[in-house]
Formats: sequence, structure tokens, C-alpha cells
Amino acid sequence: MRDPAAIKSTLQELLASQRLAVLATREEDGHPYANLMAFTVSEDLKTLLFVTGRATRKYENLCAEPRVALLIDNRSHAASDVHEAAAATVLGDAEEVRGEERDRLLPIYLARHPHLEDFASSPSCALFRVRVRSYYLVRRFQQVTELHVR
Amino acid sequence: MMDSVLPLSQVDASHRPEVGGKCFALAEMSRAGIPVPATVCVPTRVYQSYVSATGLRERIMLELNRKPFDGKLGPNMRWEELWDASLRIRNMFLRTPMPDELAEGLSRAIEARFADRAVAIRSSAPGEDSETVSFAGLHESFINVMGTDSILEHVRLVWASLWSDAALLYRRDLGLDVADSAMAVVVQELVPGDRSGVAFSRHPNDASQAVIESVYGLNQGLVDGTVEPDRWIIDRATGQVVSHDAAPRDERLSPGAEGVQLEPLPTALSRRPPLTSEEVKTVFDYVQRLEELFGAPQDVEWTWRGETLSTSSALGKTSEAGRSSGLVVLQSRPITTLGHEEADDGRRWYLSLRRSFENLQALRDKIEGQLIPGMIEEARALAEQPVDHLSDEDLAAEIDRRQALYDQWVDVYWDEFIPFAHGIRLFGQVYNDVLHPDDPYAFMDLLTDTEMASLARNRALEQMAATIRNNPRLAKGLREQLADGEDAEIDEAFLGRVDDFVNRFGDLSCAITEGPHCHVRPSQRVPDALIEILLQMSRHPPSHKDRFSNNDGGRSQVAMRDEYLRQFEGDERARAAELLDLARTSYQLRDDDNIHLGRIEAQVLVAVSEGRQRLESRGMERVEAFRNADVAEALRDLNFVPEAVPEEDETDGFVIRARQLVGQPAGPGVAHGPARVVVSQGDLLAFEHGEILVCDAVDPNMTFVVPLAAGVVERRGGMLIHGAIIAREYGLPCVTGVPDATSLIRTGDILTVDGHLGIVTLKKRGDAAAGASGLSSMD
Repeated sequence: MRDPAAIKSTLQELLASQRLAVLATREEDGHPYANLMAFTVSEDLKTLLFVTGRATRKYENLCAEPRVALLIDNRSHAASDVHEAAAATVLGDAEEVRGEERDRLLPIYLARHPHLEDFASSPSCALFRVRVRSYYLVRRFQQVTELHVR
Repeated sequence: MMDSVLPLSQVDASHRPEVGGKCFALAEMSRAGIPVPATVCVPTRVYQSYVSATGLRERIMLELNRKPFDGKLGPNMRWEELWDASLRIRNMFLRTPMPDELAEGLSRAIEARFADRAVAIRSSAPGEDSETVSFAGLHESFINVMGTDSILEHVRLVWASLWSDAALLYRRDLGLDVADSAMAVVVQELVPGDRSGVAFSRHPNDASQAVIESVYGLNQGLVDGTVEPDRWIIDRATGQVVSHDAAPRDERLSPGAEGVQLEPLPTALSRRPPLTSEEVKTVFDYVQRLEELFGAPQDVEWTWRGETLSTSSALGKTSEAGRSSGLVVLQSRPITTLGHEEADDGRRWYLSLRRSFENLQALRDKIEGQLIPGMIEEARALAEQPVDHLSDEDLAAEIDRRQALYDQWVDVYWDEFIPFAHGIRLFGQVYNDVLHPDDPYAFMDLLTDTEMASLARNRALEQMAATIRNNPRLAKGLREQLADGEDAEIDEAFLGRVDDFVNRFGDLSCAITEGPHCHVRPSQRVPDALIEILLQMSRHPPSHKDRFSNNDGGRSQVAMRDEYLRQFEGDERARAAELLDLARTSYQLRDDDNIHLGRIEAQVLVAVSEGRQRLESRGMERVEAFRNADVAEALRDLNFVPEAVPEEDETDGFVIRARQLVGQPAGPGVAHGPARVVVSQGDLLAFEHGEILVCDAVDPNMTFVVPLAAGVVERRGGMLIHGAIIAREYGLPCVTGVPDATSLIRTGDILTVDGHLGIVTLKKRGDAAAGASGLSSMD
């Protein structure tokens, strides 16, 4: 707990161990909406990437309200999850990346999810970058640590 | 379902992992024709299905994972926290009956074997007894249990002892994974031996010798150290006795109505050793034979029933001892290869966690008669030696000397006072065993009417504060004195009370760390520190009542006491009352020992503060942050610069903060308010009404602010630590065992202290965003 580097590496390990995150967006009427998304995270933990079809509700939601929350956890669907599993809630701002930036970032995303190449490369798909504001790391059932990007 | 128990005749090598070493050895001995008690084994699969079906497996893991158990990922659970976790786990086992199917299967098997006979129930954890690891004495055994229901309940208690603090600590130190722990249990007919003992087929320190120890009565008296044994050393080659040390032989342990009791040994018996030389030879022959059977030196427990039999007829005639007379082997296990002394040293400490009643009574005499007076004398002697006239060199030496004296008393504190706190636990365990309360700490309510020094002090403070509250002129005088540092005109009667208070409790100024108020001008009759706290207290009506001054609690306590005592009959009731009395003393000492230790520490600080002043007058900065040793070093060496302690929690562009911290629930209730992190005396004096006291460990000299506090958060863990006890006295929500509480929490952070669940939630001062993010339901 005292060691910030250890907290950070715990977070890095957790995010690296998972392929999917739950993404929460906001519906037009204010209702929360959640999806499972294939994601990847930058080494410095400050950026998350995911891909979505442009015809989806979440795409519509993201365009209207860029503030998002994501949940990444390592549960194994056993009772022991309660004390063993770790979860990170991520708060950040999502934006679609285009042009050169997209050309630079898409390969990074595909390195993690090569099987999604066809899907992600389709013109009907958008690549999103989430600029992370903060993480809330939950361990040991109730131990919660915050990390805020300076 | 598979058979829930295995008789020894069915146990073979393939069962070893699920019956444990003790049971397997009994089966081997039985096959080899060595007399052992009629025994069945309850294998680990029964334990496993119990903890799975009842959900206990996960509840245990939740208890043990409040903090990293093995210290790999952070601070270890302190052993006092393990006590608590262990107490809670034991209560889970007590309050969780076996599922019907399991209970029926076990009942049938036990009924058929033992009907109305008394049994002993012992642990046989896999891996418990091997050549490298010995758990001897760490898990529980129960002697003289009768009736199927009672046997089943005691099986659960043996299972629970897998999670005793001693066993947990031992496994942690050995690096064993607690999550994989499981327990098999041996249920065997009680052999009411009239002599018993242990034997080592090979002396752990001298391979040419064997050792036999024996007492009258049951073996448990010897094993737990209550009854001192006669001891024989035997030459292994010749079988001749090399030496015999006689014991005082004044007591023996024998079966009572249920359980065992210590009784005086009849004089006729105390004149002669428990074994004749012929019998010593027989025991020796047995253990040599066991060493041969198991192929390694053995540590053997045995008992002897009825008349002496000759060696030839005792050996090799009967197995599963039945009711015939003669020597019966209760268990045999390899002597650990660590070497007896070494293994013993390692285990002794863990075993000391299970002090018996008699040991605790003796410890009480020592503490009350010798140690406490010694501490009082030490503090008095130090207080009589002024430090202001010493040269820098001598002052440095005096700081070191006082620190060393204090450190010695801290050792005494750990070695004698802390183990004495087991009086509370022992009582708590007995109370929980007989009453199965919802709240595993309900027993604490029976202890809290004990008068404690710090409560008496706080009451005296509150009385003075009340006088100030009702007397505006007095309040004004005190405020003026504080402002201009000159004695104001103050009512003589009040001054008399202040003198009285200072004489009894000190002036609150030198309590924990050096502060600007530490030096009272000799002419000043009301010390500044005292004025500050009194003025602070007088501004608010007393918000908490300590339980002692509150008579409403009295009646229910009497009722509780009666209810507790009603669970016992005859002699046992007297013993139960004695145990309660012991626990009360133990509880009271949890406070008083700290107070006395605090007085000695205050004398260290007198010397240190003199040193700090001199360093300051040399122009050194931040001397208040120097450790004591640094002060001494800086007095000796003009160029000395102590190592600074880094504070910033920032890494690679992230600010890391604690949001929710998990500790141990130590005082029920929920409190909400600003934190006051107390690391120095100045923090204490700045303490305001309604704040939450956050500290490393509640120092008894800090507790005068507790009546002002809304809640308590402490880094040190456990229900029985000082802070928790004081918080309970004042009915304050309290969470203990919060790692790094004083560095992760800053003064002014808004805290929610959940004393039910042991959770502290933080909001940074003025941090609306964190509140709005709503991570936990408590927002």
C-alpha cells in the first residue's frame, strides 16, 4: 500500500491479464448502458484503446457524452473471487481517433487482439482512445486505492 | 456418500494424505500388535465437505485476507490481529452445525463404536507430524468427551484449531499455504491411565541416550506443562538408567465429569516415582520397538492403566487395547530432524500463545508483585535525575541509557504483559464455548466494569472541564494565561484540584513526543497543555459517557455474569468465576501496563527534549522530526545529518491515494468526521471535538482526547489493544489494524469509520469529485 510503484505494477498486471472490459456509457435519457469490449492499455496506464461499430448504441452514446467508466477484473467465477479477485474501475474521457493517429494506434490495438483485424480495419468501425483520469483499484474485497493522473 | 470414518484396520498407506500422520501411525502400530486405544479416524474429506457445504471455507478466507497473510504483498497481519481472526473463525465453527447428512453419517459411525464410552478427540492434520515439521501441541485435543452430540461438537472444535493463531503463525513461518489446510480428526477411547508420559527413543541432544518422562494421572498435564514430570535418561545400548530426576509430584490430572481436572496427588503416591524401574525398562523397550517399526527416532505419548505387568506380557499381546491393563501407546511421531532444541525453540513461542490457567495465575502474581512495582520505581528513579546540567556528551549518553532502559521494559512488556493478555482470550474462549453468542466479543462486556487508570484520569478531566464550563470567569482567566504566558488570577480551590490531578496523572505535556509545551515553567501551576485540553473539553457538553460512570450497564452485567456462571456446576463454577476474575485483571492490565510504560518513555523524552532544545539553539532545523537516537548522535557530532523520510506518494505522473482501507472491526458503530492524525504531542493538543483520532497506536497517554473524538482509527491491530478497549469503553466506532493509517490519511481528510465491518473510507478535504464518483455504497 505504501509503495506506489507496487500499486502501479499491480494495476499493470491486472490490465495485462484481461482482454475484456465492461464499458459504461450514458444513454440520451441519462440511463447507464454497459457493454463488454475488447481493450488494450498503454504501458504508462494513461491510455486505453477499444474498437466499436459506428452503428451501435454505444457509439452514439460516446459521441454525445465522452465521459466513460470501465471495469476490468480478474474474477474466476468461484466463491473465492470475493477475497481473491481484483477489480479496477477506470474513469476517463473517450474520443474517436482518426487519420495518422489511428494509423499509429490501431497496430497497437491489433497486437493485443490480432483476431479482430478484419473487424477493426473495417471503415464501419471506430477506434476509441480513453484518456484516463483515475483508477480505483479494489482488492481483498474492500481495499480501495485511487490513482489519479496528474 | 463414502464412509465418513475409517477404523484403524482400514487405514493403509494410500490414506495417509487424508488421515494425517497421527492416525496413520496408530494404524501401523495396531497392525504391528502394539496396544493402542480403540480409534476411528475422521478423514479430511469430512472436513472438506463440512466447510464447503456450510460456506465456511470462503468465510475463513475472507477473514484471513483482510490483509496479506504472508506479508508478500504488504504488511503482515499482526499476531494480535490473528488472535482476533482466529477467535472469529472459532466462533464460526461453534455456531455452524454440520449439515444433516454429514452429521447422521458421523453419528452412526461414532455411536456404533463408542456408544456411551468417554473418548479423546485429537487433531491429525496431514503434514502435521513429519520429520521436518512438528505441530505437536499447536492444534487442540479434547480429553474425556462423552455422547455423540458432544463428540461431534468437539470434532468441530478440533477442526477450528486448524485456524488457531498459534497454528496460523507457525504455518506462515514455515511458508505453508493456509488455503490448502485441512484437518483429519482422531476419535479414540479414553484410556484412564493412572500413570502417563512421553518418551524419546533417542535423546535429541545425545544419540546414545533415550529419555522417558512420566507423571501420575493423564498425560495432558505433562504435555501442556501443568504437571512437572519425573525424568529418566537411559543408555540406549545397555538399557540401563543413567539418571533419574524426581519431580515434586504434588498434583495430577484426571478425568472429571467432562474434561479433565487438576487434583492434589495423594501423599502415598507423591513419595514414589510414577514408574518402577521395571516399568521404565518396559517403556524403553516399547519406544525402541517403535523406532524400529517406523525406521526413525520416535517421540511417543503413552499411558499406563492398572497394575504393573511384566515386559513379556505387556509386549505384543493385545492390539486396540480394549479394557485390559498395561501400557497403551497414545501416539508416536518422528522426532523432527531440526534437532529437538531448535524445533522446540521455534515452537515454544507459538505454544506460549496457549497459556493455561495455572500459568496465567503465576504470571499475574509476577506482574502485580514484581513487574509493575519495578516499572513504577524505574520511572520514579529517572524522574529524580535532572538532565539540564549535563554536558552535551553526557546528555547524549543519558538519552541512550534511558532509551536502553525503556527498550528493556518494552521487552518485558512483550514477554510478560502481552502473554498475560491471554487471560482475556482464555475467558473469551470459555465464554463462547458455553454460550455460543452471536457477537464473538460479547464477553468483553463482562470485563469492562474494571476500573482503568486512563478512565479515572479522563473523568477527573471532565470534572474540571465541567467546572470551567459553569464558570466563565475561570475560563477567561485560563484563556488569558494561555495567551500571555503569565499566571492569571485563578481560584485557589481549582488550583488545588489541578495540583491533585498533576500529582496523580502528570501534566499531559510530555506524553508521546516532544512538543513545545513540554517545558512547564516551574512557577506555573496550571500547565499549558492541561489548559488547552480543558478549554477544548469545556466548550462542548460531554458527548460520551464511559461505561463505568454509567450505572445503567450495571444490571445487565450482573445478569450476564449469572448467565455465564449458570453454565457450570460445583467446582467448575468456582473455577469459572476465578477465570472471570483473572480475565478482568488481564483486561485492566492491558491499560495499566501501557500507562506505566508510558511513564518510563516520558523520562526518555525529557532527556530527548533537552537535547532537541540544545540542537535548536545551535540553529539546527526540523529537530522535532529527529529520532531519539538521531538527537543523541547530533549532540555528539556537530556534522551529523539524519536521513530524511520521504513523504510524497507520487509515481510517474500518478497521484496515489487510499480510498477505502480495510482493518479489523474493533468497536461497533459508524462515525463520520475530519481526521486528526496524531504523531506528535502538538497534534494531540490541536485535537478538536468531533474529530476522528488516527494514530499508529493509541498511546495510553493520548487517551485524554478520546472523549472528544467521534471515532478511532489505528494502525496497530486487534480487539484487545489499548485503543480498541478505550474506544469500546466510550462506545466509539473503532477500526484497528489499518496498514499505514497515519501516512495514508492526512489531517482534515473526511473519514467514514465503519466499526461493524472494519472499513475506513476517505475523502480528501474539499474533494467533491471523489465523493461524486460513488465507488462504494457508503457515499
